[in-house]
Amino acid sequence: MSPLLAKDVAIIGGGLVGSSAALALRRMGMSVVLLDKGFCGAQASGVNYGGVRRQGRPPEQIPLSQRAHTIWPRLKEIIGIDGEFLRSGHLKLARTEADMASLEAYAARVAALGLGLELMGHNTLRERFPWIADDVVGASLCPGDGHANPRLVSAAFAHAARKAGAQVLEHTPVTHVEKTADHFRLLAGAETEIKARFVINSAGAWAGTFAERFGEPVPLSRIYPSMIVTEPLAPVMSVNIGAEGGGIYARQVERGNCIVGGVRGEPLDDPDFSRPTGSGAIAIMNRAAALFPPLRNACAIRFWSGTEGEMADRNPVIGFSRTTPGLLHAFGFSGAGFQIAPGVGEVLAELVRDGDSSTPLQAFSIDRFARTNQGSGAGVVTEPPKRETSA
Amino acid sequence: MRKPLRPLIVGAGPAGIRAAEALADAGIRPILVDEASLGGGQIYRQRLVPDERTPQDLYGSEARKATALHATLSRLADRIDYLPQALVWNIRRDVADVAVGGRTRPIRFSHLILATGATDRVLPLPGWTMPGVFTLGGAQISLKSQGCSIGERAVFLGSGPLLYLVAWQYMKAGARIAAVLDTAPLAAKFHLLRGLPLQPGIVLRGFRYAAELMARGVQVRFGVEPVRIEGGSRVTGLVWRERGRERHVACDAVGYGLALRSETQLADLAGCRFVFDERDRAWRPDHDKAGRSGTPGIYLAGDGARIAGADAAELAGERAALALLEDAGFPVDGAHVDRLERRLAAIHRFRTILERAFPFPRDWADRLADNVVLCRCEEVSVGQVRAAAQDLGVTELNRLKALTRVGMGRCQGRMCGSAAAEILASASGGSPEAVGRLRAQAPIKPLPLDIVSEGEAA
Repeated sequence: MSPLLAKDVAIIGGGLVGSSAALALRRMGMSVVLLDKGFCGAQASGVNYGGVRRQGRPPEQIPLSQRAHTIWPRLKEIIGIDGEFLRSGHLKLARTEADMASLEAYAARVAALGLGLELMGHNTLRERFPWIADDVVGASLCPGDGHANPRLVSAAFAHAARKAGAQVLEHTPVTHVEKTADHFRLLAGAETEIKARFVINSAGAWAGTFAERFGEPVPLSRIYPSMIVTEPLAPVMSVNIGAEGGGIYARQVERGNCIVGGVRGEPLDDPDFSRPTGSGAIAIMNRAAALFPPLRNACAIRFWSGTEGEMADRNPVIGFSRTTPGLLHAFGFSGAGFQIAPGVGEVLAELVRDGDSSTPLQAFSIDRFARTNQGSGAGVVTEPPKRETSA
Repeated sequence: MRKPLRPLIVGAGPAGIRAAEALADAGIRPILVDEASLGGGQIYRQRLVPDERTPQDLYGSEARKATALHATLSRLADRIDYLPQALVWNIRRDVADVAVGGRTRPIRFSHLILATGATDRVLPLPGWTMPGVFTLGGAQISLKSQGCSIGERAVFLGSGPLLYLVAWQYMKAGARIAAVLDTAPLAAKFHLLRGLPLQPGIVLRGFRYAAELMARGVQVRFGVEPVRIEGGSRVTGLVWRERGRERHVACDAVGYGLALRSETQLADLAGCRFVFDERDRAWRPDHDKAGRSGTPGIYLAGDGARIAGADAAELAGERAALALLEDAGFPVDGAHVDRLERRLAAIHRFRTILERAFPFPRDWADRLADNVVLCRCEEVSVGQVRAAAQDLGVTELNRLKALTRVGMGRCQGRMCGSAAAEILASASGGSPEAVGRLRAQAPIKPLPLDIVSEGEAA
């Protein structure tokens, strides 16, 4: 057992949450080791759809989401690249009157939370977004939302953390973690032993085993959101699109490619890896062709999917462990983590430094499951929930 | 009663057709899927529209083999299910998704023979994306299939037997050839003498092509380092360096290539194990000498399995089909199997010599300027790849793709993947083996969004 690392904080999982926490902690002057079993940002953080949206989140997530909202336009200054972030707006479509009613109800519910939603009926929608099919009933626009490139953003946070002095160990899976009298002891990779005052469990779909290890089983299952991308097309989709009731979400990047999601892939024999199903990919291609007539003659050039952790109640777990002082959890973003992740990183750093955060986190406490006595469920594939998941 | 076998063969070139024949002869009805409208593969590609050219005009010394292969496919017509103009775009376990004419349907198979062939391996050079620049294989297809020359005054450049064959075929067809530029030194060709006893016909034919080109006054140069293709809206010339001196030739078309690369996406999607092949300087699906992949029920044959040419593909296609039959409990003629394997082994010994006579130019990637376009679909430059290696510490090809978009476009890395591997290897101090290979993702070729689905795709 060679190098013994002594750090203030050891972070398990180099996704966007772990990487942004590492960066924020370094900026506070704490020593950090960031551990990933593969490449940082190569799982859900790097292969998700890329929606940067507040609209549609449950009200309890909005304060955290608003905090993250202020970070996105400053990416260039924080991580050195803008991550192709575009404040395009997020337009949620209602395909039935019932969907429109639920968009209206949502707008009323979050009216005080500062999202600035604009509800529009069929005629206004036709006028402003003539590239959307005529049979859409109405929509809700959140002008401040947008989209970005997960491949670039997630890797750049890890890179920035490294440049800021965090020790980033990729291809270094954590094989053991325990709490001794006054610190944590971790074993990682072939020969790394780590001593840390704090541990952040940001291991995404793999976080359940670490939580369970400290006596906190959680109902965390796996989902495999699956996407298609078209060849580059002339600019047509001016906003990031979602749909009430789910089934499709779509955006066009600056290069012209349209990315469309809305179905689930399936795990391979090794459930850490997944693949889109052919029929699922065809289904979203057909939906896109029907909903966006200008895309009808375009070609899809690639399908992909990723492995993501989903909680039974679809809210993440964020905050201190209830069993083990010094341990923090941040996982289970349930297909909607991309936008809030940089905010979660800041919050985690605050928790480590101050023991508390200015952003309300009660809804995300890990002990909300304690009474139900459910197992971790890691590796269990559940039926795709109906609600939209567009990261 | 035994469950009826339903083997699927992908590719109706020499390997695929011979595999279909062997299965049909055993009383099994295979499905043969091919992207082209007529069988024969790239090497024995047929004309789209009949013209006055004879098989001799089209295929030269290989006319007899081409005609025999086409005749075999015709003869099989009512004993196999042949789907031309059909794209296998995905494979998952025992189901292949097949697109034909705007519709897609799943085809369930009991066994799979992948005879997916090869395309040219190219490395970029300044000007390579200009109209008038073709791959050697592309130039050959233009001539064979459409009866069109790539230009009025063409230059052929690169390394590999195809260089001389294509130039000679153009000369025979009456085209003007400005130059044949071989990146290998003349001395490398002496390796061919060692190949003479193994495949005298092929070696002598190669010498004859070169000799006839020279006799017609075509300049044939060796040890060429390409510098740039010149022109604006169209090619106007080519500059190369030879023994330290820059030389220039006026031309309006360039055909170039550096041997072939196997088409391996379907093998990857089917879950085959890959190995690095030093001779092909590429990752390829692993298989035994009969063509069995490590995955039961999946067989590989022809250039898609390992580059060995059309003669080997015919033998390997038949051998893979016999392996399938053996594995399914059918009796096969052991002496015949041995004969096939011996002939295949002889060709592979000869290929090893050929690779020495037509070596890959290992310094090509190093000489490229940063501003040269590497991935033309996504407009990624050589310099961006080098920067990813140097500034971000990238040492692996899929990571490179994620961070730079190289290989993310329409071709999915089929055209730029080898070049990206070479440049990343040289920039990161690794090797083409160490940087790995791009993982295949469905669809292996673009699919229209409004494609009609008939049945549950895989």
